[in-house]
Amino acid sequence: MHEIGIASSILECVAAEAQRRPDTQVLAVGVRIGELSNVDKDALDFAFEALTRETPFEHLKLEVEWCPRRQKCLACAEEFSVHDLELACPKCGANHSACIGGTELDIAYLELEEPCAKS
Amino acid sequence: MREIVEKKVLSENDRLAAELRQRYREQNILCVNLISSPGSGKTTLLEKTLAALPQGSSVAVLTGDIQTDNDARRLARYGFPVRQIVTGGTCHLDARMVDRHLNELGFRGPGLLLVENVGNLVCPSSYDLGEAAKVVLLSVTEGEDKPLKYPGIFHRASLMILTKKDLLPYVEFNPDLALENARKIHPEIEYIALSSRTGEGCDKWLSWLNALQQRVRQQAAAVSS
Repeated sequence: MHEIGIASSILECVAAEAQRRPDTQVLAVGVRIGELSNVDKDALDFAFEALTRETPFEHLKLEVEWCPRRQKCLACAEEFSVHDLELACPKCGANHSACIGGTELDIAYLELEEPCAKS
Repeated sequence: MREIVEKKVLSENDRLAAELRQRYREQNILCVNLISSPGSGKTTLLEKTLAALPQGSSVAVLTGDIQTDNDARRLARYGFPVRQIVTGGTCHLDARMVDRHLNELGFRGPGLLLVENVGNLVCPSSYDLGEAAKVVLLSVTEGEDKPLKYPGIFHRASLMILTKKDLLPYVEFNPDLALENARKIHPEIEYIALSSRTGEGCDKWLSWLNALQQRVRQQAAAVSS
């Protein structure tokens, strides 16, 4: 439900970055969304499309990398992705692990028009 | 041509939340953020909490709702400063709203700041309010699988409170299963079951708040020394 707010924060960031590069066009923005971030990808796509329609960002693409929950075993330091809520270490079986991924809600990159493409 | 940006989407909120956290540390304020579905009993638990605190305690409440100031009026009866944050449609509180209303309330520490978020298990979990802890409430009239359906908030909350415990004889709700589900998401989550109506278990919640307040004070003292 808050994907509109998330999309609008992404666009604010893109607008600020675009302002710093007045001679280049931003073609796409890449974001990382973790499975624990409570952001629904489809709702985000929908919000992004709605907010960019008939604006200078109409053709801006949103590229989403979906990040699964990852844990690091506190006993043997094995790093693993979590499937079916199984938090036990697949290597040593220990039950204690720390969350090291899956909460991402990051802007990773901008795809910019090649400078030579303009000339 | 790809240019790496590496920024949090909610970096502006995170920046304001960091300022709030800094202010809480300097003024020795314990801020707790209560999150649940609508109707799980956040306001009732707050009423019970305020009623149990000695008059003159340094306590303030910010309560968020999409519309109406009903909750603030309910909570104001206990003699502590209360402010309603009407979000006007927004489904969560953010750090800017807390900052503005806290300033208008004029609350200064040391003390306890209780924040009641908008009833919603999804969006409030994404917005850091600078709080020392998020507390998630789950009532026995909901499903035991809520932690599995809304893992984000159960992952981030330090404490899960099972509310409306007095209704257990009348509903098919298995508290052990609810806790087991919450710990599948967050093995270290703390747990208290209580009934705000009968008062059973409320002492545990007050002790939890007290213990957290002491821990936060010790940390603040350790940082400043």
